[in-house]
Amino acid sequence: MHMPPPDEGILARREEIVAALRAIVPGEGVIADQVGLRPYECDALSAYRAVPIAVVLPSTVEEVSAVLAWCHREKVKVVPRGAGTSLSGGSLPLVDGIVLGMGKFNRILDIDFENRTVTAQPGVTNLGITKAVEHAGFYYAPDPSSQIACSIGGNIAENSGGVHCLKYGLTTNNVLGIEMVLPTGEIVRLGGKHLDSEGYDLLGLMTGSEGLLGVVTEVTVRILQKPPVARAVLMGFASSEQGGDTVASIIGAGIIPGGLEMMDRPAIQAAEDFLHAGYPLDVEALLICELDGPEVEVNHLIETVAGIARQHGATTIRVSQSEEERLLFWAGRKAAFPAVGRISPDYYCMDGTIPRARLAEVLAGMQEMSKRYGLRVANVFHAGDGNLHPLILFDANKPDELQKAEAFGSDILKLCVEVGGVLTGEHGVGVEKRDLMPTMFTEADLNQQIRVKCAFDPEQILNPGKVFPKLHRCAEMGRLHVSGGRVPFADLPRF
Amino acid sequence: MELLLPQSLAEAADMVAAALAEERPLSVLGQGGKLGLGQPTAQPVGLSTRKLSGITLYEPGELVLSCGAGTPLAEIEATLAERQQQLAFEPPDASTWYGAAPGQATMGGVFATNLAGPRRFKAGAPRDHLLGVQCVTGRGEAIKTGGRVVKNVTGYDLCKLLSGSFGTLAVMGHVTFKVLPAPECVQTLAIFGEDLADLAARLRKAAGTAFEISGAALLPAGAAGRSGVDALRESGGAVALLRVEGVRPSVEDRMQGLISEVVGRSLPHLVLAEESIALWQRIRDLRVLPDRPVLWRLSVAPTEGVAAARALTNLGADLFLDQVGGQIFAVMDSPSAAEVRALVAGGGHATLLRAPDAIRSTIPVFQPQPAPLASLAVRVKNAFDPRQILEPGRMTLAA
Repeated sequence: MHMPPPDEGILARREEIVAALRAIVPGEGVIADQVGLRPYECDALSAYRAVPIAVVLPSTVEEVSAVLAWCHREKVKVVPRGAGTSLSGGSLPLVDGIVLGMGKFNRILDIDFENRTVTAQPGVTNLGITKAVEHAGFYYAPDPSSQIACSIGGNIAENSGGVHCLKYGLTTNNVLGIEMVLPTGEIVRLGGKHLDSEGYDLLGLMTGSEGLLGVVTEVTVRILQKPPVARAVLMGFASSEQGGDTVASIIGAGIIPGGLEMMDRPAIQAAEDFLHAGYPLDVEALLICELDGPEVEVNHLIETVAGIARQHGATTIRVSQSEEERLLFWAGRKAAFPAVGRISPDYYCMDGTIPRARLAEVLAGMQEMSKRYGLRVANVFHAGDGNLHPLILFDANKPDELQKAEAFGSDILKLCVEVGGVLTGEHGVGVEKRDLMPTMFTEADLNQQIRVKCAFDPEQILNPGKVFPKLHRCAEMGRLHVSGGRVPFADLPRF
Repeated sequence: MELLLPQSLAEAADMVAAALAEERPLSVLGQGGKLGLGQPTAQPVGLSTRKLSGITLYEPGELVLSCGAGTPLAEIEATLAERQQQLAFEPPDASTWYGAAPGQATMGGVFATNLAGPRRFKAGAPRDHLLGVQCVTGRGEAIKTGGRVVKNVTGYDLCKLLSGSFGTLAVMGHVTFKVLPAPECVQTLAIFGEDLADLAARLRKAAGTAFEISGAALLPAGAAGRSGVDALRESGGAVALLRVEGVRPSVEDRMQGLISEVVGRSLPHLVLAEESIALWQRIRDLRVLPDRPVLWRLSVAPTEGVAAARALTNLGADLFLDQVGGQIFAVMDSPSAAEVRALVAGGGHATLLRAPDAIRSTIPVFQPQPAPLASLAVRVKNAFDPRQILEPGRMTLAA
């Protein structure tokens, strides 16, 4: 992975840039010393690092606006950053740019139980929203596994998911409104406490735009009443096909579980060794299905789910009989990443989505690649929506192993696309999957996305070098090649 | 209007390219039943997707369906019903609002107009279910966006941008969308009262419970009289309606919970079972309103709904409230646009869903936007359609 070469002209203006930022954001809000910049050199994809010119930490929307307007005018690149938990390098700094950290935007502004909304500044954590409303029985549904740390602004940038999104949707289905600053410094509001803003759905476009279109300064989300009861079924299968078929049958029976997770044998083994959750060790696939809702509904459906698993030849079926047992079923799954971290010096977490019917084929392909690369792989899988998280085990201290792990990961994602899936289900493209974009999109597809980028950010100051494999000048993208003098299709059927 | 009828996406791309070469704008339509929604345009040539029809993929176990944009909505709904599935966003038969016969809608039109039914607040709008699109931009280029899987953050979510874009950005040729199980049981709690504010507060209270209501509408006496349900008509007053769906034991249990938490002992109420499906279809299709020339939709925070509804009533409107009180459909004889738009000044929007052409030639159909947003929308339009070939003027009033 290479970033575009830094602009020497900008690097030469370091002191001027820092001084200009200090004139906008006073005091400790601008960090420019090498020690102070270190914590910002990477996000959760820590294999890639870069030290920016400065980190600016505004605390008002006016400051954000002034910083962006200045950077737009002076053509200084800006990398927005929430909590820095991106797994795809979305907030990897640029050496010839500044980082715009939103950490000081950490207040909840409005809790409105009657309209079922919370309005928060973007630096509030995902879990912070739930914490603010749980005393009244409410919660915010999307729950990425980093929810204790990740910010709601970052959730918008990445369209974050989580284990509950099969039933409750992704960030994009739960956000009602935002205030944001355009790269030009203009402040705009989209949506609010009402449904469906008018005109083009720019709120939908912004969600998942990875910090390339604007900087979110306020967020309004929908909150839900917590389901009264949740129970889980643990199911073990001799083959991943049986596990996959069980998932299809559960959904085909009209049941949308609150959570539906699968693990393969290496992941089961690692989790069980770490946490002793009581997982069966003689199975190839383990399925955890959680049903939530009114007690009578959960009790009714859980029997149906257990019956479906039996029909598909499950060798283990355990229905949680208490809240402790339910949490124990989940404990192994939720600790799968650290459990794998325990058996390998390093691991690389991938994030593809596939049509679920192709699961067995993709797992077999991964086993073949694992042999070829000489690296182990463990799989956890949001089975309900086909979102696969292969964990590639490697040792960064061994020469070439990181490169091998990256190549292995690329091959997995290419396979996902080949079977009709996509490069990333919830972690984002960032820098990590940037160069793979052409495996999924044609040049025309990508150019249209870049034209949208140019509509927002004609100077391309916001997070350049992310998402798109090649940087194009906006003027070049806007050109239209019209072939003159064409026959106007007289032979086509009309009436 | 002369119609172009491409049989493939490539042919549609050629037709747009030809129009581009001649700088000849095109109207974009399926069956054309909803051309009355938007600013009036009078293009001599239309590009219709009706021949791009047919289901290409349906996997009930993966909750996904793909089809040509010209596929009739009725065909999709019938196919889904065979497998006890449905479109959760409950699209209205909106062509009937413009005088077309029922059942005209195509899937392309459903997504291009982004109109949702009563389940919107719980299940989302068409934009929340559109997973992938193959389309032709105003540059005459065939592109795709999204895919066939629910969880996908690869590149910008152009599906959102195309939803509700009324053909102004691209001609959708092929769409892939999420489908969901249909409920085995539907019941509706009807709460009768005189005070709209009190009934609306009960809707909000119900929406804030864990009983997972999937419809929350408020019909004043006039709308209740047109509900097609004798018990509602005979009450002679207003009625709040709460829909509960799911497996039977759960529906019955939640209904009891709703009655004890939301109704208490204070108000007359009853539970509708068999009539529920037809009742909510009537609400979805706005058949609880009388036939008057002007139709507005207001979208506000649920707590603001009743005040806006009262003001509309004072302007002579017949109306009802949906979406927990946050959406108002109102019919009138003349638009009173300044007064209506003033009602959403505190947040929200008002759409002139229907009015005679002469009126829509002078009044913005969609809520006017502040300058920075309006100019951003123009730049987005130009990013797809720099020569204004696709439905120019459909979404904005010419200056």
